[in-house]
Amino acid sequence: MEYLDTTFSALADPTRRAILARLAHGEATVLELAKPFTMSQPAISRHLKVLEAAGLIERRIEGTKRPCRLAKAGVQAADRWVDMLRGALEQNYRRLDAVLAEMKPGKEQEEKP
Amino acid sequence: MSMTLKTEGEHHIVVTRRFAASPEMVWRAHMEPELIRRWLLGPEGWTMPVCINEAKPHGKVRYEWAHENRPGFYITGEFLEVEPFHRIVHVERMHLPDPTPDNHIVTEFVPDGEGTLMTMRMTLPDAETRKQMLSSGMEKGMEASYVRLDGLVAAGEIAAVRA
Repeated sequence: MEYLDTTFSALADPTRRAILARLAHGEATVLELAKPFTMSQPAISRHLKVLEAAGLIERRIEGTKRPCRLAKAGVQAADRWVDMLRGALEQNYRRLDAVLAEMKPGKEQEEKP
Repeated sequence: MSMTLKTEGEHHIVVTRRFAASPEMVWRAHMEPELIRRWLLGPEGWTMPVCINEAKPHGKVRYEWAHENRPGFYITGEFLEVEPFHRIVHVERMHLPDPTPDNHIVTEFVPDGEGTLMTMRMTLPDAETRKQMLSSGMEKGMEASYVRLDGLVAAGEIAAVRA
């Protein structure tokens, strides 16, 4: 949970979201991740560091390689809170639509004492 | 009338939503207790027995929510800017029962065709606060209410048709 403060900014970058989408299919090395992007390996490595610091990915050591994979707990914890907020607001505003529709007939000009 | 919710940097969330009513009406629905307590209820099953809103700079806010099967909670806050019918700046904190860090919220209403576009920019709570909010039981209420969402969608459509 202590990683969560950096999770949202990590998710704000389109390249990092694309990396996460790729990792959703399974583990990959930096070389494999760099392929679909027009980016150097060091640039990809920097993105991976951000994702790792945010608790969104995990890396293990395999010889000279450091394959990456999704850290599911990190992704889910961030999503759950935003989902809760989104759900609560959507329900609020649907009710507000109904309240506003009822206010409409003639009440708009009404002065509040 | 779809809502957007985006994170802005590490510390903010920006929500936008259109309403089929004038900025004045949307403003009133955000500021008059008898209107607020009809919609600012979150997941289904909650009511707001206490709704205090002193709509002026330095005015106080206190909303208390109650649920038949869950412990209640409340928020307190203060207005910093009140600019009818356009802009509200306030801080609030949730008491669970310990107060969470202050959430700084800027709400703006601008005319958009026949309706109003609302933009609300708020503080993204820190990790510990989010954890508390998730474990407060609000989320369980959410899951149950998704199941009953169909009924609410119907109510939303009625309002949209009248737009």
